[in-house]
Amino acid sequence: MSNLGVLIDAPILLLQLLVSGILVGAIFALVAYGMALVWGVMNIINIAQGEFVMLGGYVVFYLDRAGVHPVFGIPIAAAAMYVLGIALYRTVIWRIVDRDMFTAILATFGISILLQQLANQLFSADIRTVPSRLPSVQLAGGLMTVPEIKLVGFAAALAVGAVLIAFLRYTRLGRAIRATAQNARAARVLGIDTDHVYATTFAVNCAICGAAGGLVAMTWFIQPYLGLTYTLRSFMIVIVAGLGNLSGVILAGAGLGVVEEAAGFILGSEYQTAFIFLLLIVILVARNAMLARQRRYLK
Amino acid sequence: MRGHARNAVVMIAIGAAALAAPWIAPAITTQLAFLWLMILFAVTWDINGGQMGYNSFGNVFFFGIGVYVCALVQRDSGLPYYEALFAGIVLGALAAGAAALVLGPAILGIRGHYFAIATLGLSIVAADVASAWEYIGAASGMAPPVYPGAIESRTKFFYYLLFALAALTFVVVRWLYSTRFGLAINAIRDDEDKAEAMGLHTTRYKVFAWCVAALFLGAAGGPVGNLVGFIDPRDLAFAGATFGVWMVLMAVLGGKGTLWGPVIGAVVFHVTQELFWTYLLGWQRVAMGVLIVVIVVFFPSGILGWTLRSRRHAVKSLPQARTQSAS
Repeated sequence: MSNLGVLIDAPILLLQLLVSGILVGAIFALVAYGMALVWGVMNIINIAQGEFVMLGGYVVFYLDRAGVHPVFGIPIAAAAMYVLGIALYRTVIWRIVDRDMFTAILATFGISILLQQLANQLFSADIRTVPSRLPSVQLAGGLMTVPEIKLVGFAAALAVGAVLIAFLRYTRLGRAIRATAQNARAARVLGIDTDHVYATTFAVNCAICGAAGGLVAMTWFIQPYLGLTYTLRSFMIVIVAGLGNLSGVILAGAGLGVVEEAAGFILGSEYQTAFIFLLLIVILVARNAMLARQRRYLK
Repeated sequence: MRGHARNAVVMIAIGAAALAAPWIAPAITTQLAFLWLMILFAVTWDINGGQMGYNSFGNVFFFGIGVYVCALVQRDSGLPYYEALFAGIVLGALAAGAAALVLGPAILGIRGHYFAIATLGLSIVAADVASAWEYIGAASGMAPPVYPGAIESRTKFFYYLLFALAALTFVVVRWLYSTRFGLAINAIRDDEDKAEAMGLHTTRYKVFAWCVAALFLGAAGGPVGNLVGFIDPRDLAFAGATFGVWMVLMAVLGGKGTLWGPVIGAVVFHVTQELFWTYLLGWQRVAMGVLIVVIVVFFPSGILGWTLRSRRHAVKSLPQARTQSAS
């Protein structure tokens, strides 16, 4: 807690945490948007979300080792994860699309454990990072330093998000996805191949996570067990923002980034994860209390 | 009445086999002790998950409290070994029950999948805090005091302790399901709002059910910590990715919402898991992930649900044939 005093003495640090938090929040928002997509279209809460991020990070890491620059590595990671997404859909996910939510949670939990343990066996439990080879920029007359990679990550996250929105809004397949989200049965009656839509949605989510994973590997580090924190962060962002609310997702993502940076600074990094999950429980309880006041959960 | 007699015979046979097991197969006494722990896990999980419809991923939280409270009592109370152990077990159970009582009203108000994820968060918070808190050894864990007797009698002692706890849990839960409480939590599972409209104080029942599960999980913590001999915050006490998920899985595998389902599921699961450890060393956790997906996707109603359904089919087709021949 002694860092709280530091923060009060030097308010410029607060600004530093704020900027840094907003920048990393964009990556959280990206992963969360993918989760909201799958949740909204397929009615599945994907617990393996964070594992897709982790795997994407490993693809970029190994490509970087082989001499491929991350600028090309990230699209390749996204493509690889797209293929994995199709494969997972065709083997497991299509069987749980129409089942109850608990089955979906438990099945994706199984996939998450499977991927995490596979990564542990194949890539070892060592912490890996992709060197960004970028300097830090000085802001506010040298009082603030922001690693340039965070700016790049922020821009990349926004770019991927923009491409995704354009895809959903203007392409035929994107419209089919949105139609299925609104009413799957009606979409089927109108001749939309919902099975194909589900496969694409799930794979697109995997691709988003893969790209985000590359950014995570460059901004921080990756290791086989980091998945669950990203899953629960996304879950938190989605329930705060609501399904299909893009600006909400970005705001909640930035908010979570800032809160997390501040908590990590004040409480110490060993309590940072605990803080995230505690925040999750508090948000769920608070949300429930708000809904209970209007008895809206009855619907 | 015959069903009753058969049940009694089955239970006496299981009890006799359990009492004799450490003498027949002394090499695997530890694994057998863990079998009783798994049965306790599955049966207590099913109180909320199966019978009440509240699928928790965080029940391991209560187990972890039991592990740590017992180890702390043993370390700091200054009592002789057995007194400290039993005081620790009782206090561990009470502490876990108290935690359920305090957290219950808020967390059990959350419904459906939100509840599942909130409880998942609960177990992870506990694991993180336990591995950062110096007083309880932080990430380097704690070691309970050494058992004063011989090595072989140590395993046997904890085996019988865990067997007694599992048997007690089963008997108490079986009795609870036959009372008004059993009907109430089933009503909550089937339609919580209707149950509430019928005048049932649902929150009270939900919290009580969670407390029962927490009491037994907390009591089991002490013996397990001592049996293993080293308490790791993430791998033993608050092991969300193993124990926490296994509880759910064993109940689902055997048949959610039945009395014997979780027991059967726990036995089948534990044997499978031990086989994985023996034959797939290194890859056993990968195989576990595959197993989870297969169970959930292909056996959602569990072993018991599946056999009951196929038996019902057989019974249904029988009278039909008779009536046809009669007419």
